[in-house]
Amino acid sequence: MIPFDYHAPKTLQKAMRLVREHGDDASVLAGGHSLIPLMKLRFAAPAVVIDLGGIGGLKKVTAGHETITIGALATHYAVESHRLLPGKCRLLPETASEIGDVQVRNRGTVGGSIAHADPAADWPAAMLALNAQFDIAGPSGERAVAASDFFVGLFTTALQAGEVLTRIRIATPPENSGGAYVKMRQSASGFALAGVAAQVALDSAGNCASVAVGVTGVASVAYRAHAVEDALRGRGLDAIAEAAAHAADGVEEFQEDHHASADYRAHLARVFAQRALTRAFERAT
Amino acid sequence: MYSSHKGGALVKIEVTINGEHQSHEVEPRMLLVHFLREVVGLTGTHVGCETSLCGACSVMLNGEAVKACTVLAVQAHGADITTIEGLAQNGELHPIQEGFWECHGLQCGFCTPGMIIAAHQLLERHPKPSEADIRRGIEGNLCRCTGYQHIVDAVQYAAAKMTA
Repeated sequence: MIPFDYHAPKTLQKAMRLVREHGDDASVLAGGHSLIPLMKLRFAAPAVVIDLGGIGGLKKVTAGHETITIGALATHYAVESHRLLPGKCRLLPETASEIGDVQVRNRGTVGGSIAHADPAADWPAAMLALNAQFDIAGPSGERAVAASDFFVGLFTTALQAGEVLTRIRIATPPENSGGAYVKMRQSASGFALAGVAAQVALDSAGNCASVAVGVTGVASVAYRAHAVEDALRGRGLDAIAEAAAHAADGVEEFQEDHHASADYRAHLARVFAQRALTRAFERAT
Repeated sequence: MYSSHKGGALVKIEVTINGEHQSHEVEPRMLLVHFLREVVGLTGTHVGCETSLCGACSVMLNGEAVKACTVLAVQAHGADITTIEGLAQNGELHPIQEGFWECHGLQCGFCTPGMIIAAHQLLERHPKPSEADIRRGIEGNLCRCTGYQHIVDAVQYAAAKMTA
């Protein structure tokens, strides 16, 4: 690893000052499960590392009647094991439980994963399906960015220089809704060859009142499968198969490597969209 | 090899390792696993893949199993760390260690410290795990000898003994 200077600010204000001071020379460290592997490989070689791990206020997870908030430094395990989340928003702990392994979930953070924007990471799919809002602190104050505007491209987000993701906000899903995340794991790394998160709300007839589907692992960036949603809205369980067939429509740049071809990933997106939607419907009724 | 490289101002860290308070100055880039092995001298924690996959470097950090190859030593400042050396008490093997002994849970032994730490975490969270719970609990740890069955047996042995 290329040597670097290390700072561990105790408050967000101090962290923001350091981020501003060091600019592009600095990387922000959360749990370290994305940044440290990159630094070992020298894909990242920051001169300065600013560790947010000591800022207690960024770790909190709350599940209220109206809003669920996840501090950017909350670990995957904190979400997986949260007492209230299974009843409020099953998609969140289910996504957390599919990440890596126990040790990785103990240490890796939700905010770190989102800010890193690995094209095969699990959280982007869930955040898209839940219409999450990301609170961002920056040199000129705070702003909020919707998940659908946040994931811009391969390892690229809407975060600008000097900005730090601080919190994730999600509207608590209503009573008649259900969500699910299913993925095909790359068997060594556990990353998603394809992962689909679905969140649906049903009307009194059991038809789809609202639906959002997030897909990860398939394209260079996680995306909303709008064609699936459009085909399903207003319809029931029997429309899922037909709708899910559109899960890879409109993808411009597929992920492709020796683990899985573009065609196979597109196929997995369709199959796992069907499974995720079916499970989401079952949970909503 | 680490001390011969210059760069990155040294950082003083204070940690409690297996109940013993320690204070050291380390390079920020030093990984926790190298700190434990080369600075503190606790070589029970192994370096396997060094890419967060194999789990041989697992230690307990503030009560949570982590892969010490993916934690900087400086991130552990203020933390309470338990390594494989800290499990046995008063010369008596920890029940998980005893399980590995009794059930032939190891062959070459390289993965064993990490396996035992992962099992330790599992049994803290699920004192009476199913076989599926155990296999999921150790999924972050690779063993190339046993085929895992004897490791699962060892964890079941420990679970039975610890909840008896």
